[in-house]
Amino acid sequence: MAKIIVDGIEVDVPPEYTLLQAAEAAGAEVPRFCFHERLSIAGNCRMCLVEVKGGPPKPTASCAMNVRDLRPGPNGEPPVMLTKSPMVKKAREGVMEFLLINHPLDCPICDQGGECDLQDQAMAYGVDKNRFAENKRAVEDKHIGPLVKTSMNRCIHCTRCVRFTTEVAGISELGLIGRGEDAEITTYLEKALSSELQGNVIDLCPVGALTSKPYAFQARPWELVKTESIDVMDAVGSNIRVDVRGREVMRVLPRLNEAVNEEWISDKTRFIWDGLRTQRLDRPYLRVDGRLKSVSWGEAFAAIAGKVKATSGSKIGAISGDLAAVEEIYALKALIGSLGSTNLDARQDGAALDPSLGRASYLFNPTIAGIEQADAILIVGSNPRKEASLVNARIRKRWRAGGVKIGVVGESVDLTYPHDYLGAGPETLAEIVAGKGAFGEILANAKRPIVIVGQGALAREDGKAVLAAAAKIASAPGRDEGWNGLAVLHTAASRVGALDIGFVPGEGGLDVAGMLDAAGQGALDVLFLLGADEIDTNRLGSAFVVYIGTHGDAGAHRADVILPAAAYTEKSGTFVNTEGRVQVANRAAFPPGDAREDWAILRALSDVLGHRLPFDSLGELRKGLYGAHPHLAAVDSVRPAGITDVAALASAGGSLGKAAFANPIHDFYLTNPIARASATMAECSALAAGQLAAAAE
Amino acid sequence: MSVRRLASEQPESFVFTPENLAWAEKQITKFPEGKQASAVISILWRIQEQQGWVSEPAIRWVGEFLDMPYIRVLEVATFYTMFLLAPVGKKAHIQVCGTTPCMLRGANKLIDLCRERIHPEPFHPSADGMLSWEEVECLGACVNAPMAQIVPDTYEDLTVESLGKLLDDIEAGRPIKPGPQIDRHHSAPVGGFKALTSPELYDGSMVGQGVGLQAAREAIAARAAAAEEAARAAAEPKPAETPAAPAVKAQAEADKEKVPNQVKQNVPASDPAVRPDAGKKE
Amino acid sequence: MLSDKDRIFTNIYGHHDWGLQGALKRGSWDGTKTILEAGRDWIVDQMKASGLRGRGGAGFPTGLKWSFMPKQNDGRPHYLVVNADESEPGTCKDREILRHDPHHLVEGCLIAGFAMGAHAAYIYVRGEFIREREHLQAAIDQAYEARLIGKNNVHGWDMDVYVAHGAGAYICGEETALLESLEGKKGQPRLKPPFPANVGLYGCPTTVNNVESIAVAPTILRRGPSWFSSIGRPNNVGTKLFGISGHVNTPCIVEEAMGIPFKELIEKHGGGIRGGWDNLKAIIPGGASCPIIPADQCEDLIMDFDGTRAVKSSFGTAGVLVMDKSTDVVRAITRIAYFFKHESCGQCTPCREGTGWMWRVLERMSRGEAEKREIDMLLQVTTQVEGHTICALGDAAAWPIQGLIRHFRHEIEERIDLYSRNPKPVERQMMEAAE
Repeated sequence: MAKIIVDGIEVDVPPEYTLLQAAEAAGAEVPRFCFHERLSIAGNCRMCLVEVKGGPPKPTASCAMNVRDLRPGPNGEPPVMLTKSPMVKKAREGVMEFLLINHPLDCPICDQGGECDLQDQAMAYGVDKNRFAENKRAVEDKHIGPLVKTSMNRCIHCTRCVRFTTEVAGISELGLIGRGEDAEITTYLEKALSSELQGNVIDLCPVGALTSKPYAFQARPWELVKTESIDVMDAVGSNIRVDVRGREVMRVLPRLNEAVNEEWISDKTRFIWDGLRTQRLDRPYLRVDGRLKSVSWGEAFAAIAGKVKATSGSKIGAISGDLAAVEEIYALKALIGSLGSTNLDARQDGAALDPSLGRASYLFNPTIAGIEQADAILIVGSNPRKEASLVNARIRKRWRAGGVKIGVVGESVDLTYPHDYLGAGPETLAEIVAGKGAFGEILANAKRPIVIVGQGALAREDGKAVLAAAAKIASAPGRDEGWNGLAVLHTAASRVGALDIGFVPGEGGLDVAGMLDAAGQGALDVLFLLGADEIDTNRLGSAFVVYIGTHGDAGAHRADVILPAAAYTEKSGTFVNTEGRVQVANRAAFPPGDAREDWAILRALSDVLGHRLPFDSLGELRKGLYGAHPHLAAVDSVRPAGITDVAALASAGGSLGKAAFANPIHDFYLTNPIARASATMAECSALAAGQLAAAAE
Repeated sequence: MSVRRLASEQPESFVFTPENLAWAEKQITKFPEGKQASAVISILWRIQEQQGWVSEPAIRWVGEFLDMPYIRVLEVATFYTMFLLAPVGKKAHIQVCGTTPCMLRGANKLIDLCRERIHPEPFHPSADGMLSWEEVECLGACVNAPMAQIVPDTYEDLTVESLGKLLDDIEAGRPIKPGPQIDRHHSAPVGGFKALTSPELYDGSMVGQGVGLQAAREAIAARAAAAEEAARAAAEPKPAETPAAPAVKAQAEADKEKVPNQVKQNVPASDPAVRPDAGKKE
Repeated sequence: MLSDKDRIFTNIYGHHDWGLQGALKRGSWDGTKTILEAGRDWIVDQMKASGLRGRGGAGFPTGLKWSFMPKQNDGRPHYLVVNADESEPGTCKDREILRHDPHHLVEGCLIAGFAMGAHAAYIYVRGEFIREREHLQAAIDQAYEARLIGKNNVHGWDMDVYVAHGAGAYICGEETALLESLEGKKGQPRLKPPFPANVGLYGCPTTVNNVESIAVAPTILRRGPSWFSSIGRPNNVGTKLFGISGHVNTPCIVEEAMGIPFKELIEKHGGGIRGGWDNLKAIIPGGASCPIIPADQCEDLIMDFDGTRAVKSSFGTAGVLVMDKSTDVVRAITRIAYFFKHESCGQCTPCREGTGWMWRVLERMSRGEAEKREIDMLLQVTTQVEGHTICALGDAAAWPIQGLIRHFRHEIEERIDLYSRNPKPVERQMMEAAE
């Protein structure tokens, strides 16, 4: 630790702290534009200048100087830093003036207005006069894709966007070309950015140079109601803030959570919101003479009751979708159970995950933050860049820190960091398990290895054997005490929660494949789909399909009854992310039209079916849920799952097949019904497909 | 410096001549393994020598060749102002220095002449496409001001007349003489040398002079004596010292492992001012 | 006046063979092996004792700089980088070394490389010096050929010397920008600390020296530090290449003793001021970044670090720019301001925005289209740039303007008065008269 006196207050900080951090430790505020904790230090905005005693008689950039670089006083006194001296005040005013002379006075039409660092700091540290009598600089706007809008007159050249894309997102596409006052941020020939994380540059941009294109001129920050929530676009469970005006979600922003998404979110998370407005199911429908007809809730329920009462429990089934919250899955499970059925499944893709093998058998055990401790990473049947962009960003962060080897078995894809491509299928995996090959040796000798198993390696005949092989690597001897390296990477936000509460076939029950087969053969009469759109609905034969969901997607098209439900921004619901972290999404808006929260629909339906569920409120539901599954009450935490389950899993057998692993997601932008309803996502998808085609040429 | 953009009309592709390709591959060997990006400026320059300017396909070619993202090559091509991003005069592109030392000695008149004779605007080729001009910043020949560069040579001590004659000669395809355009020997004063006139500087009598070398010999001897003393003190018979440079050899031996071009640098460039990572393969 | 035998660069005018044979005859590569054998510490001590201060403008003691390189090798190679990116208006001395006396530099690279434990030297030559680069490369090739440098050379210290070059960017003369450029990036200066001696080229210990500083080292070591330090006056010793440009009768480059009176320099080598001494208006003593000195302070001006500092200017690279009474001094400084605006790398705010602002104001002032209060504003803006930037270009851009206002404020004011009496550009008035 090193002592430093900041504005007369002595603090003890680690010597590698920057002066800026030391100032913060002492409670002194230092303005900054270019500095960002998660990016390399550029030191170019010069806003964070402070005065250092004993150094040269000029201000010092506090973001770039370490406490250990300061000289102590003549008698060994701690170094002295001033953040409020006349020299500092003059320096800040000067820099602020320089930033403003060429910055347009277009705050009234700037989307950054109201949440602009430049605006705020100009108020706090600027002067109120303008001495600049020349013409302001005009800079051509750049096209950098459908998500990020540029207004380059406003750019202050902090290069945060350049550093983010190259360092965090791993795409060297943005750059600062030219020099001097004519330097400009652009992509090469104004090509669209290709990163799934590009939206973060909007948050990073301290001014209004990079703003959200879909959100352009939609709303002002002060008219938005902000609700903290959880994202469901993938199984990462990114922490988000949903900004709503009236009934409509206007934008989605990230929220800081070091353990999950740090402060980034993927573009799907950020730009999905227009999909919440289109293709919405806003009233109940009943299929009459082959056509869906708008009906009342009562009529819809009566039609379901008629079908349910006409059949027996074993001919009823339920499939839970990827976006469902734990509460409604719990309610559905209770309802289906009360009807005498054990035909339940949440694994729409048929992944070989079985909660009876222990919780560790289906979690990302090392945790996302734990990736930073890994010394070797093996990725099996997964493209984390598309399946969980922020997990991929974390792997890249680990790679940037150095000293880690990363291997891939499965499809060869661009992960944004260098890796050893080991092979395409289970045979390669078997060799690695046997410790063969260079990477087999690396894993065998690793102290904290991570084996990431994607759904592409699990949703197949030999899925269980693949999982067992991964478990074998993870549980091999010589690992650090308490390290559990088996990392199942889920793609669906609701999957872990559903597995946690056992939404899988009971005694003699059918799984998804079994239900589809049975429905096709006429052996299943009634099928409940809780937002399940990723199954092959053409195979449902003549079964009476009840679709509870939000969007007119595959499930709704096939449905005989549609019960309109609430999307993730319109309800309070628990989601368990791929690490097993329990998080609660909050209601930011109300569902459209007659749509209701899913649990309430199921509760009302149960009444009509004569099997009233034992709760009248979400609170009562949760009371029952927590009683049955106590770990779900521990919100915002991960209950570590035992390594012993992994060891047991390792000995579970099954033989590996021959087919190469195929990644589950190829179109990042269109993975769920909300995304498929979003025009923004459709544009991104088309663009990505075009770029892929161009690259192939 | 004004905004620099790539030309709107670009060729389809770029290829280096075999000789230039071989040359480019040799450039890379100047730098340690994995640092081939260091050659970007010299290769872009060779491209400009080959095609007269730096085209967009050439920028991409360099990106592929040096394993650099295209945008990083574009950054370099737009940052350094000697790279011409659009075609210039076929016979000559006249770069007149307009900075103060040249300005004081009449550079503005030279620029006026260029405007008049070539094109009113810089970078625009003349009507016949043969000549173009620009005003450049200091070219580092201030004692021969005013001057101009027509790559690769400089033409110094210009007047409106002598520049006019140069332009005439270029247009007519006559040879032109680089260097001062007046009776003057490089940077020496007009009218004859006022220094470096002593013949003994050049007849070899400077060799072997100097008390510094004597001091060096003494230092070597003193060290040898000290080493001998130490050896005697250790009471161990020691083989006679080899006559050749023991200190140098020892240092050289110790450093053998780290001859830069052979050693792969395992220490990350913990560049504090870290700018965007250098390449795709960081 | 310095005698010829005390001149280090004896072929600066290129009137003899610049190649190896000529250089050998003039005393280069003489006893180099003995110097190396005397050891690394001995060399550094001798350099310190010589009192040589860096010839690139900042005047940092060269021997001390060399001693900053880590003594113990931690596995990273050491690099010597020679700054031949001579681009400051008024400065053109290194050009003559590169094209006419390159072996001084090549030999200096070997000795300096040995003294700092480096086996590789990169000489970064400004892009415009194409012929100079060719000469230097030819000299290096000759030295390789003669096994003076390279692997297993006759001196026993493996030393590779490479020539790299820029392509038109003054900022690459700043040592960390130069390193960035050498790494194949834009020449944008790095933050310091860490200093290049710890984290330099490719993240390895590096020393960046000016061409002249390296090129004089062999001769200093051969002739002894006391010879070098006996020339000039304390703290400002040795010989120095001076460049004399502007309004003198015979502009030239000449090697002279540090501390030579300005008047003597001009009279002896520059052939006197054009139109006589009384026609002198002002000088810029060491390159465009040095504040202007009016004629009345030139009378007794001593040309060295301390002498120029005494008149609130700086010695820079000793490239003297002389302006006679015909000079429009406001326009002269405006052109310098334009130069710095043109060469600002665009990285940090005060320089990127400030250089353009200052130039635009000066541009108006040089036509008289300004308010008098703007003079103080301009002065204040220069202080907002100076000392607030990553590298010294901000300072370099501010100083000439401060010098202008300090000494020639009245000229700006007169021009503003002239314009406000008759707000027509001077050129237009002349055109109208001609019609």
